[in-house]
Amino acid sequence: MTVAAEYGCPSGLAPADAVGSGADPSAFVRKSGAFQELELFVRGARCAGCIAKIEGAVKQLQGIETARLNLSTSKLLIRWNGDLLPGQITEKLTALGYGVTPFDPSAAEAEKDAYGRELIRSLAVAGFAMANIMLLSVAVWAASGEEMGEGTRTLFHYISALIAIPAAAYAGRPFFSSAWKAIRQGHANMDVPISLAVFLALSVSLAEAWMGGHGAYFDAAVMLLFFLLIGRWLDHSLRNRARSAARELLALQATTATKIDHHGHASSIMAKHIQPGDILRLAPGDRIPVDCSVVEGKSDIDMALLTGETLPEAISVGDRLSGGAINMSQPLIVRAEADVSSSLVAELVRLVEAGQQAKGRFTILADKAARAYVPIVHSLAALTFLGWMVFAGGDWRQAIMAATALLIITCPCALGLATPAVQVVATGQLFRRGILVKSGDALERLAAAVHFVFDKTGTLTKGKLHWLNADDLGDTDREYAAALARASRHPVSRAIVEIEGAGPVACDVTETPGRGLQGTVNGLSVMLGRESYVGVHQKLDDHAAISTTWLKIGDSDPVKLCFADQLREDSVETIRQLKSEGISVSLLSGDKTAPVAEVASQVGIEHWVAEATPSAKADFLDNCQQSGLTVMIGDGINDAPAMAHAGVSMSPGTAAEAAQTTADFIFQGDELSAVLEARKMALGAKRHILQNFTFAAMYNAIAAPLAMAGLVNPLIAALAMSGSSLIVTLNALRLGSKRRYL
Amino acid sequence: MTGLLFLIPIALLMGITAVAAFMWSLKDGQYDDPDGAAQRILLDDDIEDEAYSPKASR
Repeated sequence: MTVAAEYGCPSGLAPADAVGSGADPSAFVRKSGAFQELELFVRGARCAGCIAKIEGAVKQLQGIETARLNLSTSKLLIRWNGDLLPGQITEKLTALGYGVTPFDPSAAEAEKDAYGRELIRSLAVAGFAMANIMLLSVAVWAASGEEMGEGTRTLFHYISALIAIPAAAYAGRPFFSSAWKAIRQGHANMDVPISLAVFLALSVSLAEAWMGGHGAYFDAAVMLLFFLLIGRWLDHSLRNRARSAARELLALQATTATKIDHHGHASSIMAKHIQPGDILRLAPGDRIPVDCSVVEGKSDIDMALLTGETLPEAISVGDRLSGGAINMSQPLIVRAEADVSSSLVAELVRLVEAGQQAKGRFTILADKAARAYVPIVHSLAALTFLGWMVFAGGDWRQAIMAATALLIITCPCALGLATPAVQVVATGQLFRRGILVKSGDALERLAAAVHFVFDKTGTLTKGKLHWLNADDLGDTDREYAAALARASRHPVSRAIVEIEGAGPVACDVTETPGRGLQGTVNGLSVMLGRESYVGVHQKLDDHAAISTTWLKIGDSDPVKLCFADQLREDSVETIRQLKSEGISVSLLSGDKTAPVAEVASQVGIEHWVAEATPSAKADFLDNCQQSGLTVMIGDGINDAPAMAHAGVSMSPGTAAEAAQTTADFIFQGDELSAVLEARKMALGAKRHILQNFTFAAMYNAIAAPLAMAGLVNPLIAALAMSGSSLIVTLNALRLGSKRRYL
Repeated sequence: MTGLLFLIPIALLMGITAVAAFMWSLKDGQYDDPDGAAQRILLDDDIEDEAYSPKASR
């Protein structure tokens, strides 16, 4: 058992998940025939060793039929029959060092991405048809003189038609159906000229083949579809990735709660099934699922993600708790006062949705280009047809040929690839730096932003306490303090453990919520807590941002410990850099005035607002949006509405789920400079998109007059189309190879 | 030129076979877990190993 005995990923690619998850997933089990099914989201699985460990361990349990881990999505599907308790599965995985969260696929609407599959199939058919028709077309083009007789040429054209017409009918469906929808609603989109060009090209070429002529555009029609489908697919897969990231976060929010019935039996239910009046048990470390009031017990409640306050609040019987806060020290029995849909968190979600609807006001470059393109090309084509009819003696065949050639050659291959190709490269580069971009449009909005608004706790600061005066204490004091702290989840205790690391734990620990900890280390009684708890009667004039705790060992004099939430290392530099680039920066926090003012002056932000409620934050962002596109960077549930009302939003990877769901950008790691990196990449992407559009416009300015003059033949059309698409794609790839954007 | 009568159908048939194979692999779910597929090749399923095999340790 050498491998399986190790903790976490055997290759060391991901840290072991020490937090684990005690959640009982029984509420998420589905029946499927004779089997029971459960999907779990596994954190920390990265390599083949993880697959072997996880699947091997689960298969050892009784009655397991299937256990398959999808490494790309981190989802573990388990099917079993018999009376295995699902809690055993999570226990086993937690013991191996992987974090487990039950996954509710109904919330994720596990759709199979039907549109993406249709695009891929169309792309395969178009690619096959394009290659085979080109095989025949090249022979026709090469034999320009007497090498090929009319009979052979006509045969080649008919074979091409035989391939092109069914292939175009299949591969063109995404465009045809969208164009048809637009026409029925009485307006034209980009797909109308595309469908028209394909349809005209095929019918004109068929007529040419029948009359034994030279100008057949079968290859061009299919090539057009092929390039456009590539653009569509890139665009779709970007959007889809963004959507599935958001859906996954939603599915993970489907938490469970422990309900106690009239007979005192505990059972696990889904949070969304909680009714007002239900009696629930909250273990230490549990997220509070709904607004509720305490029936029994005393504890500390961590409100950091709700209000931005770093220190927990002590609560006792009768106090009201808001959903979304975390129970810290003692188990609690509470009565639900609301269901999930009317809790504070749900209220915030509604504010978020209201803000997201307002986001459509920003028009992306590609839409602007499309709006200009459609009427110009259509009127030019009509003009060409009329011009040839009037000035060239009414030869309708030549007039249609020229108009068709114009539609084909100006068709938006380069235009369709210009934006998605750049966005794919830019998001890929940012992803490698640990910045997840949820939508390509967000890059464009970020590039246009002029205000940056930061949250304080968890964004400008690290969001957790740091022990300031550890070095002033003696080794024994530190050892005793650490042994006691290891038994508690209080932020102060965790700050001590973070510096001291793992080691022995005190015994007989009792925690008095809101006051302190007491325990026994090496036979000595040790206390850690407030002035009154350890018996100090000296009231210091507290520094606003520093909290003090006292340590008392045996009968000796208490020692003072100082803690504060620290700024991220590069906060000051990031703000300075933003300001030097002409961006206006504000600080918006729900915390008290004194600590907010302190942080604002440390990082050099003149404009700050403290004690802002979530809806006040959203209003603040609405005001900012009046004077220019605004970026909101925050991490709390209370920031989510403001982030939704902002033009663009970012959150660190440590943020609350609600904030991560809302954010357009999520950055991992401790560095706030990710904000600068994302902005730099966004500006670079915008520059390359503009270059691509300029190139596409220039190309059309040269190609359109040639086509109108009737100088374009199928060979030139094919070369121009593939050439322009290639140049646009290469220009996008240049964004990835250049170091200066990162 | 009679060679073309054989060669063109053969070329088309080969192309269609490739497209059909791709469509089948798509339907079969072979692109659902690209990371896992790359890693699973390292597993020694066929070798009886205490740590991995459920049968051996039971």
